[in-house]
This record gives sequence, C-alpha cells and structure tokens, in this order.
Amino acid sequence: MTAVTEAPAATAGQQLTFAKALTTALADAMEADPRVVVFGEDVGPLGGVFRITDGLTRRFGEERCFDTPLAESGIVGMAVGMAMNGMKPVVEMQFDAFAYPAFEQVVSHVAKMRNRTKGHVSLPMVIRIPYGGGIGGVEHHCDSSEAYYAHTPGLTVLAPATVADAYAMLREAIEYPDPVVFLEPKKLYWSKDTVELDALRAPGEPRIGRAVIAREGTDATLITYGPSMPTALAAADAAAAEGRSLQVVDLRSLVPFDDETVTAAVRSTGRAVVVAEASGFASVASEIVARVQERCFHSLAAPVRRVTGFDIPFPAPKLEKYHLPGVDRILDAVDDLQWED
Amino acid sequence: MTSSVDAEVRGGDFLLPSAAPVQLIDQAGRLVPGSGDGGYLLPDGARLLEAYRQLVIGRRVNDQAGALVRQGRMAVYPSSHGQEACQVAAALCLGDEDWLFPTYRDTVAVIARGVEPVGVFELLRGSWHSGYDPYEHKVATQATPLATQLLHAVGVAHAAKLKGEDTVVLALCGDGATSEGDFHEALNFAAVFHVPAVFLVQNNEYAISVPLRHQSVAPSLAHKAVGYGMPGERVDGNDVAAVLAVLGHAVERARQGGGPSLVEAHTYRMQAHTNADDATRYRSDDEVKAWLARDPLSRMQAYLSGAGLLTPEEEASIAAAAEDMARVLRDGLNAEPRLDPTELFRHVYAEQTPQLREQEALLRDELSREEA
Repeated sequence: MTAVTEAPAATAGQQLTFAKALTTALADAMEADPRVVVFGEDVGPLGGVFRITDGLTRRFGEERCFDTPLAESGIVGMAVGMAMNGMKPVVEMQFDAFAYPAFEQVVSHVAKMRNRTKGHVSLPMVIRIPYGGGIGGVEHHCDSSEAYYAHTPGLTVLAPATVADAYAMLREAIEYPDPVVFLEPKKLYWSKDTVELDALRAPGEPRIGRAVIAREGTDATLITYGPSMPTALAAADAAAAEGRSLQVVDLRSLVPFDDETVTAAVRSTGRAVVVAEASGFASVASEIVARVQERCFHSLAAPVRRVTGFDIPFPAPKLEKYHLPGVDRILDAVDDLQWED
Repeated sequence: MTSSVDAEVRGGDFLLPSAAPVQLIDQAGRLVPGSGDGGYLLPDGARLLEAYRQLVIGRRVNDQAGALVRQGRMAVYPSSHGQEACQVAAALCLGDEDWLFPTYRDTVAVIARGVEPVGVFELLRGSWHSGYDPYEHKVATQATPLATQLLHAVGVAHAAKLKGEDTVVLALCGDGATSEGDFHEALNFAAVFHVPAVFLVQNNEYAISVPLRHQSVAPSLAHKAVGYGMPGERVDGNDVAAVLAVLGHAVERARQGGGPSLVEAHTYRMQAHTNADDATRYRSDDEVKAWLARDPLSRMQAYLSGAGLLTPEEEASIAAAAEDMARVLRDGLNAEPRLDPTELFRHVYAEQTPQLREQEALLRDELSREEA
C-alpha cells in the first residue's frame, strides 16, 4: 500500500453535500445490484431522520427500501439472515447510541460468522451509523462508538470525512465481501464539496484500508479521521499562519488500519498528534499512539500526543464545545512536542 | 409490506393454541381417541417408522456423546435425551430447500437432517469452527447465544420471500430463550414482514436450573404468539407423531404464504444441562421418574409394534443403524483432531489484514522455534 494524495477537485465536478453523496451512493448501488436492500427505522417514505435514504422507497419500491419495527437487534439480526441468503443488506442505526441494542448481534454474529463457519458463510452487509457530536444533540445522540467496533475482530470499520469518500467508500463497503460498520460523522452531513461523480463511479483504487495525506506538511503530523478531520485541517491552517507546517493524515479506514501510510507520514515529520472526538481512555486514538510509538520510535523527536474527548459522558449541547477537540487544543498539543530540544 | 389480513378481519381468537397440547399417540402407545378431529392427521406408517428409526439413532447419539465427554474426547455436551421427538420431527418436516436453525442442544435434529455427524461435534470437541458448511444441508450453525439465531432465520425467510422462493425456515429455541429480547424481536419481525418461518420452542421445563415458572407466567409459551398476530400451537413434545403433524401443518401453512407461526412442544430434559451441571441441586428424582413413563421412544415402539408396523427384523435393522452411527462418532472423535493454530487467522476476513498477516507470522515463528 502506498500513500495516496487526494487529487484537487475537478473543475467539471458538481457540488454535493456529504449527505447527498451518501444518498447517491445508496441509489447507485441499488440500481447496479438488485441484491442491495436498505432498511431500518424511518428510512422508508420519510427518508431517514437525516434524509440519507431520501427517495429510495419511491424509486425502488418498498421491497428494496423499507421501514422496520423499532428494534435495532432485530434489524441487524434480520440483515445477517438476509446476507446469508444472497442479499446485500444496508441497514441504518438511527443514532450512534441507539445502535447498542444490536451489540450482541454485531459482536457475536456479524463479526464472527465467517470465522465460525470456516469461510463458508460470508456476510456482505453494511451497518450505517450516524455518529459523533458537534450538532448540539441531546443525550444518546452524540456518541463516538468506534472503539467498540474497532476492538471486535471480524468487523471492518470506516469513518469517511470527505464528500468524495462518503460516496466512494459507501459504494466500496456495499461491494465488500465482509460486514462493514460505516460511521457517518453527523456534523459533516451538511458539509459540501465539488466532486466529479462520474470519476468516482468508475472503478478506482480501493479506499478501505488506505489512509490518505489530506494535507502535506513537514513539521508535525496530525493523525485523525471522521468528524475531527476538518478541525485538524483548520488547525493546520492556523499553524501555517504561525509558520509551522502540519501534515494531516485522514485515516478513513480504522479497520483495516493503514500502518504503512501512517508510519511513513510520522517518520517524515518526526512528531505526531492524534486527534479524535471519542473519549481518550482505551480508545482508537490510544491504539494509534501505541502503533506509532512501536514503529516510529527512532524517528520521533517527542512523545506522540493525543487530543481527544474527555473521559466523560458526552456533554449537553451548550457544553460540547469544551469537550470536543478544537483548533486551540490541537495547537497547544503541537506546541508541546519538544521543539526546543 | 404485507401483514396478515386474516388477523385484522377475524380478531385474535383463531390465533390461540389448543387448550391442551396436541397428542396423537398417548404415553402407552395407544392412538388417542378423536385425535384426528382437531385437524391434525396421523402421519402414515412409513413416515412414523422413519421417525422411530431417527429417534433410536438420536438416543444413541446422545448416549455416545455423553460417553465421549466422560472419556475426555469432547469438552462439553448438552444432552437432548428425552427431547428426541421434537428434534427428529424438526428435521423430518422440512424439504431439501428449507432451512433449519438449531441451538446447541439440537444435535439430534442436525444429524437427522443429514449433516455429517462427526463434523457436528467439531465445536464441542474444542475446535474453533462449526464443522460443517451450512449451505450443504441448509442447516445454520448451532447457536450458542440464546434466541439470536431466530432473527437470522427471519432474515433467511425474508430474503427467500423477496426472491420468490418457496423456502420455509424452521427456527428452534428453548423455553429459557423465550425471555430474551431477540425472541420478541424475531417473532414480531416475522409477523410484520409475514415471512415463511416457523418457531419451535422445546419447552423442557428448565433453563439450566431455572424452572419455567421463573421465565414466564403466560398461560403457555404458545400463547405469546397471539401478541405478535400469529397462530400459536401446543403439542406433546414426546409424541413424535403429534410433533410431525403440528410442525408439518405449520410448515405447509408458511409455504402457502400463510405466514409465521409458533409451536410450543412440551417435553423434558432427562439429563443435566451438560456434563458440567448437577441437576440434583434443583429437581427431584421423582420428577424425573414421572417423565420416564412419557419417553418418546418407548411409546412409538409400543404403537408401531401394536400396529404391526415394526417387525423384529426392522427393529434389529434400526438398532444396527444406531450402532453404526455410534461407531462413526467414536471413530471420528477418538482420532486426534488435526489442529493448525495458524488457521485461526485464515477466516477472520475474506482478505487478511496487514495486522493479521503480522500476527500469523509471529505465531509461525514461535511454532518453528518450538519444533526446532
């Protein structure tokens, strides 16, 4: 695997929101393959609470995109059976913390079926989860639950941060032979970018398992993913204004993890900060720090730092800004990377 | 999606189970008078003989498995001694394209369905995978978590329906599993999506040590069906003729587009939960003895002999088949399993991750140093 730098947006492209890119990916996948079915809570005529499935029932019929009873274990468990029997289910968990009733199905069956059947049964299914904070959501609507899934062998865990990745990675996830937990940063649903859909629709380099250098830089590396990506880019902008060049790595794929790109990036700068919304203790961020220290120790000029959410339940809307990694906290961590030694 | 129009028009009464469990042959092996009146017909002689054959083989499987555990050839075995009639009927009521979703206690059903018997014990002998290809005989892996597999069964049935196939899915669970949330979600999903699924609860009175009265105070477990808008039925789970008739009816109903139903079979786990359990701590010998008289094998033997369907020659042939099965199990399980630790990395993902490649290399290195 090699580091891939995102190409600049093509001038002939079209402007899309992150949400619309996901909707388009679902529609294109359903158009391309009759085995793709979409179901969950409110995903039918309403189009989902975030409207990601908008128009799918109308266009493909209620056998292809349908509402289920309000039961997350039922949704995921039924998807397991449908995947066993030749379908490609794409299910929606309405919010991160509402996915927990499905946890046993995810951990004990979705993740283990291939292994438990010695490869006879594969489960090509996608569990879409709107996740993370930054939208002023009330309790149980803002969790960063990636560590639960990333810790479970057998799951593939993705967290795209760009409009192009939203489209291309969801298409790739639906085509993937293994179950994918697809984490959609809620606060990025309304972010926009100009993308060339036709180019994205054409077969391209796989994105699952590949991190990208989202911004080149030479002084230190910010390693991040999902909802924290724009924050990291903003921090890099601010640092540039102060004369410090920060590289930003967008992981995109938490599992499989792209050690190669991350390691090469950190070795090139010798300093690293991992940025993620989730509480830091026993987190994906902790795992990244450990991997980087193990692999890059002799290239490091300073200990790898983390900027994460605090180890507290996700705070109320008016307090979340104190919890979420912000530009200043990232820059403070960068300042701590032993520049004088 | 479609829902049961019948339920809306006719109200819930027709969904209620019979007042007493359906029985066609009593515990002494006599045909129950008027047993055909309820709409459940006695299966024909050839089918009953085949069922009896499978009962005897199933009992032998249970006995042999218990012995192999005692000899250290298997880690654990959850006995279905006493429940063979439910399990044999579950296997025999399905067509080749239908699916069976068994639990860990349904080994007899899995073997009666035709799955290669030594493979069925792969997990229980301490290996890491289920031992057979679920697609070969349309038998899902034996589920260890409770009730979770019922939802998979609903999914297989829903996919079959969407694809226009006339597959029926039979999902098994025990009385304890009816307390799980997934039992509720599975039956509700099955009813709402009107899928061709049949749920068979083997009510053997105990969930390890906990008696049924601590699981539920519903009039019967079959009554729970009413709440989902599907029919429930109760059957004497030690009367293989009755279980065949009731399950056969439910399967045919599902195949004709009539939707899901719930069958509760009243039976008894004659032995402890597993070899690791001590049943004397929670139930009396007298209680167990009372169930001896209701044994599913002896009543079928009495009925078939009395009806002239079971000749001594036939009986000998069945006994020989059971011994053959026991020998196959002994030979298969006495052989040391060939365990390759590096296989543990092979099927976690379709394509191994770089991290798993590293870890496999580490283990291979350790193994090569052990050999050196």
